[in-house]
Amino acid sequence: MFAYIGRRIIQAIPVLIIVTLVAFALIHLIPGDPVKIMLASRATPEAIATVRHQLGLDQPLPIQYLRFLGGALRLNFGNSLFLRTSIGPIIAKRAKDSLALLVFSVLVSLVIAVPMAIISAVRRNRPTDHLVRMFSTFAFAMPAFWTGLLLVLFFALRLRLFPTSGLGEGPINYLRSLTLPSITIGFYLAPVLLRSLRASVIETLSAEFVEAARARGLSERRVLFKHVLRNSLIAMITVLGVNVGFLISGAVVIENIFALPGLGSLLVSSILARDYPVIQALTLVFGVTVIVVNLLVDLSYAALDPRVRL
Amino acid sequence: MTLWLGVGIVGIAVILAIGTNWIGFTNPNEQDLGASLLAPSVAHPFGTDELGRDILTRVLHGARIDLSFGLITTYVSLVIGMFLGALAGYFGGVTDTVLMRVVDTVISFPFIVLILAIASIVGAGLLGAYVGVLVVSWALYARLTRGEMLVLRETQYMMAAETLGLPVRRIIFVHAIPNLLRANLVFSMSDIVLNILTLAALSYLGLGVRPPTAEWGTIIAQGQKYLRTAWWISTLPGIVVVLVGVGFALIGDGLADRLGEDVTGAA
Repeated sequence: MFAYIGRRIIQAIPVLIIVTLVAFALIHLIPGDPVKIMLASRATPEAIATVRHQLGLDQPLPIQYLRFLGGALRLNFGNSLFLRTSIGPIIAKRAKDSLALLVFSVLVSLVIAVPMAIISAVRRNRPTDHLVRMFSTFAFAMPAFWTGLLLVLFFALRLRLFPTSGLGEGPINYLRSLTLPSITIGFYLAPVLLRSLRASVIETLSAEFVEAARARGLSERRVLFKHVLRNSLIAMITVLGVNVGFLISGAVVIENIFALPGLGSLLVSSILARDYPVIQALTLVFGVTVIVVNLLVDLSYAALDPRVRL
Repeated sequence: MTLWLGVGIVGIAVILAIGTNWIGFTNPNEQDLGASLLAPSVAHPFGTDELGRDILTRVLHGARIDLSFGLITTYVSLVIGMFLGALAGYFGGVTDTVLMRVVDTVISFPFIVLILAIASIVGAGLLGAYVGVLVVSWALYARLTRGEMLVLRETQYMMAAETLGLPVRRIIFVHAIPNLLRANLVFSMSDIVLNILTLAALSYLGLGVRPPTAEWGTIIAQGQKYLRTAWWISTLPGIVVVLVGVGFALIGDGLADRLGEDVTGAA
């Protein structure tokens, strides 16, 4: 077990290093002088020199990279050029709201996907299964920002059940303001989860231990709930892990529609403002998050299923 | 059945996109301020926007940008990814290790974050979207192809080809690639949908195609301001996007049934 954990962590290291290199390289890949582009009309020679020094761009590249890496390890990403404050605390504050949105969204998508996947697998190739698959095809093709607008149109503008945008104060209003965004992301993620889960339930249904349980005379319901579902739980964790990047991608777009002050809306506003230090920091944070989540998924997988460790 | 339904939907969309000027929907930016924010009618089946522009004309012209974006990005990535994946899987060793670490890195970013980061370098616009999506989407084809190649390499006819001393180039391109193509083609159908939705999302965020150019994302975004009074501006173009996406997805399902491939896990 420990050998497996060690091996898996060592495997993740080269990818982590390349991710830091990508985030670091962003500012150097800009055609032209990044400082001039960032300062735009305020680019006097003195201002350029000051900002260049501030960002450490007057140092040799390897030194710059090490400073970037050292800063990142201490969650110190320097200052935002436009917000004029330290980037680390802004990210930490916004990460909380983004995380709440992600958790809520995953719950919604599981509530949609899990029952549908089970029904669809049990009634394979029957009308119910076709209906579920049709739902998943349509949900997959829906632009998430469009789904969000439809929900706003019906539930916020017409029925006035939820706010159209922004974050509410107090626990109840906070949850209310996250509801429509979470349903939007839930519908975006559900078809992807649904397809993989359905396949895994079908596979489990034909496994030998399920045959054995049936042969022992257990009721179909007991076989399904005790044996099949427990095994599909492992599949569910894996499927969620594999799709965490897809999930975050959806959240980045949806935060902008609902004007939620999370990391996704920060990324988009920083790109529009050409605030490269923030773009670098966020690229790194998002990349590392996905790697760490996948690592945790693999480790929990090993804990749940002893065969993996072999 | 599924396959032909999909081909029918996509076919109609492509024909309408190509022929939009011949069937009378010529100018997507023609304004008629006397006819602004008109609800759907016979004259304007999708209604008009705040400048009196006909939404259906804009959607049809947008189809040209979105469909060509989806097809070009998807199949350029497929060719690049398949080629690199086949090499990695066939040769193994250092080539394989290096390539797969790069693939792992590309996949570790939430795709929209990497695309946005690239768009921030190249500059917001259609070109930025093309570069961003291309840099990201070859990786899944490479991973898929490499996995298939590892299995294929052990088959008897591949070993026979090697025993016969055929040149490596011939073994890979003539014997392996046709067999690797199936899974990639099936996956490419859902990839087209993803890439079109990505362009629309980028444009919606103001980082892709810029208004007043008619593109599905910009049309939907511009309607957001009028959601309360003119619901049709955002909703009807969205339905077209969904239908086209369903068309491609149906082709993918149909191909999967026919070719016996299941690559739903690849995404």
